[in-house]
Amino acid sequence: MSATLAIENGRVIDPATGYDATGGVYIADGRIAAIGSRPDGFAAQRVIDARGLIVAPGLIDLCARMREPGAEGALRVEMRAALAGGVTGVVCPPDTDPPLDEPGLVRMLRQRSREAAGARLYPLGALTAALAGETLAEMHTLAQVGCVAFCQTTALPANHGTLLQALRYARTYDLPVWLRPVDASLVGEGVAAEGALASTLGLPGISVAAETVALHTIFELQRATGTRVHLCRLSSAAGVQLVRAAKREGLAVSADVSIHHVHLVDRNIGYYDTNCRLDPPLRTDMDRAAIRAGLADGTIDAICSDHAPVPLEDKLLPFGEARSGASGLETLLALTLGWANAQSLPLLAALAAVSSAPAQILGEDTGTLQPGRKADVVVFDPQQGWRVDEQTLLSAGKNSPFAGLRLAGRARFTLVGGEVRFEAPAG
Amino acid sequence: MQLRSASPQLNGQGELHHLLSIEELPRALIERILTTAEGFIAVGTREVKSVPLLRGRSVFNLFFENSTRTRTTFEIAAKRLSADVYNLNIASSSTAKGESLLDTIDNLTAMQADTFVVRHSQGGAPYLIARHVAPHVHVVNAGDGRHAHPTQALLDLYTIRHYKGSFEQLAVAVVGDILNSRVARSDIHALLAMGVRDLRAVGPLTLLPVGLEELGLQVYTRLEDGIRNADVIIMLRLQNERMRGALLPSAQEYFSNYGLTPQALKHAKSDCIVMHPGPMNRGVEIDSMVADGPHSVILPQVSFGIAVRMAVLSMVASSQHADLR
Repeated sequence: MSATLAIENGRVIDPATGYDATGGVYIADGRIAAIGSRPDGFAAQRVIDARGLIVAPGLIDLCARMREPGAEGALRVEMRAALAGGVTGVVCPPDTDPPLDEPGLVRMLRQRSREAAGARLYPLGALTAALAGETLAEMHTLAQVGCVAFCQTTALPANHGTLLQALRYARTYDLPVWLRPVDASLVGEGVAAEGALASTLGLPGISVAAETVALHTIFELQRATGTRVHLCRLSSAAGVQLVRAAKREGLAVSADVSIHHVHLVDRNIGYYDTNCRLDPPLRTDMDRAAIRAGLADGTIDAICSDHAPVPLEDKLLPFGEARSGASGLETLLALTLGWANAQSLPLLAALAAVSSAPAQILGEDTGTLQPGRKADVVVFDPQQGWRVDEQTLLSAGKNSPFAGLRLAGRARFTLVGGEVRFEAPAG
Repeated sequence: MQLRSASPQLNGQGELHHLLSIEELPRALIERILTTAEGFIAVGTREVKSVPLLRGRSVFNLFFENSTRTRTTFEIAAKRLSADVYNLNIASSSTAKGESLLDTIDNLTAMQADTFVVRHSQGGAPYLIARHVAPHVHVVNAGDGRHAHPTQALLDLYTIRHYKGSFEQLAVAVVGDILNSRVARSDIHALLAMGVRDLRAVGPLTLLPVGLEELGLQVYTRLEDGIRNADVIIMLRLQNERMRGALLPSAQEYFSNYGLTPQALKHAKSDCIVMHPGPMNRGVEIDSMVADGPHSVILPQVSFGIAVRMAVLSMVASSQHADLR
């Protein structure tokens, strides 16, 4: 590990402290030594000139699928995609094959992650064995081998009694639970948001009630157990409103949204664009506006990529048969900047949603440039335009709803623990 | 960013290159199809029932879902245009062996197909095929999932124009299982495109999709109200095979509330016409007295269907494939 590194002349932004000034970031022994001006006697072994660039905490992505276990070798590829996207921390949901429900799998995943030398890995353990929603997973043991929280990935367990017990059990050890607020029985065979577009395209619809009923269930069980819950991927205006009320009530709840739902609506499906088949589904302009308002007022804490690499052959199918999910690790930064730009949000606030806020949800001391913290840093050019396509995406998943479009903002250097793990090719 | 791209069925000159949906077809183009069909009506009454427009061309009827009537009328239409017609019942062949939809298309294209007439259980499947095929190949949607059945809508327009002359002043009621009906969706787009202002959807709330009002329809849950003073009543098949879960308690209860009987028909205009895309469930959505009665134009619909499909097949075949949108 390079012992000392200076990143100078950049615009340094640290959302956790509100710091935003031109200057340097000084790194020694994998940690931030100072920001602002060069400390007396600091001898840099390497100097990065960040003139015209922004220096910020590396992005922490609350949901990025590495597809391991399952697709062996995938993790190395997806970790490269993460670094190229300026992402220094990835939370991996347990919807792997097999699901992350036993310690051996988690140890193996962490070992492979160390070998890949990519972003930091934060595995989520399965809340129930095999994610089947029937019996509890060994949460305490899984936490001891590194699972940061416990998750039921696609929907709430059909049996609410199981959910109640899972929340109680997690509370015993003060383990956080991450839930997708989805009632599977109300999703049924739905593949797109219920509404005029789904009706026109003849696609089975998913009602907003699939989200709101689940949220009511979660909040009621939280009132009974006091367990901390992080809500993954809100999609509707009504859902945002329920979370707002729950926070006001004082429930221990946090929430995220995927960057795709910040930008897109159901009409982007157009004539059956399977890259816009997402879970949860894209909804209306009103829902998107509520999501943006929820981010602005803190109802929604964080933005994630919900990265889901899907092979082309699973997308080259009729919409209803295509696999859901979008590739997102490499577009998260540019799309976050695009959202800030469109909403005239200060960069401090926008970057908080992908760095300090997710770090806080994880209870990690990363996501900030404060001296003494781990030096997970991204240096990016906010203006650099690039076209999203199969050549530019390093991820095995080329399935971006933004494929073919130009975005602005690209990582130039990505550092994890003070080590430069990604460096954009010159020119 | 742009929200919805232009319909992929028209070429740069605005000609019909594929027929995938009625949605976004300009009124003038719809009228051209109807006028072209009119010219083909006579062909069916001649002793020699064919014209050489598609001689040497191959039309593949690609039915991933069973159909008798639609497949047969497409077959007759293509043969009357002198095309070579191949019927493939894919439901029982390749895809059952795991071959992907697009692999099937590639194989048939290698057999020199010029036009694919496609029926598929998934909404949007013809779009996938149209985006995939070579620029000289045409795709005609013969029904995709719950999405569209554009040739049925065109023949319905043809029928209405035949009996009623024009569209703007008509009150049209679409009755029944609109949720599961591709015919209803295409009829709605077609009737709105032709300027129908009084367009009604009639059915129980479990069979009406969300968003009909946004499309420009009035929604009625009582049959008598929905067909009051109607000029045209389009009855939909109660699609038992698509019924899922708990949409209706029984066919009997449905018939007692939404079945078109002679008594119910008294609420409509005295010269109203009754249409049905077939196949009918007598005693479920329609009483035999009505189906076979003086208001029924159900059988003429079928014969108009052949002329309309001839029009569509000949028009797509003659479109230029340069600068497709």
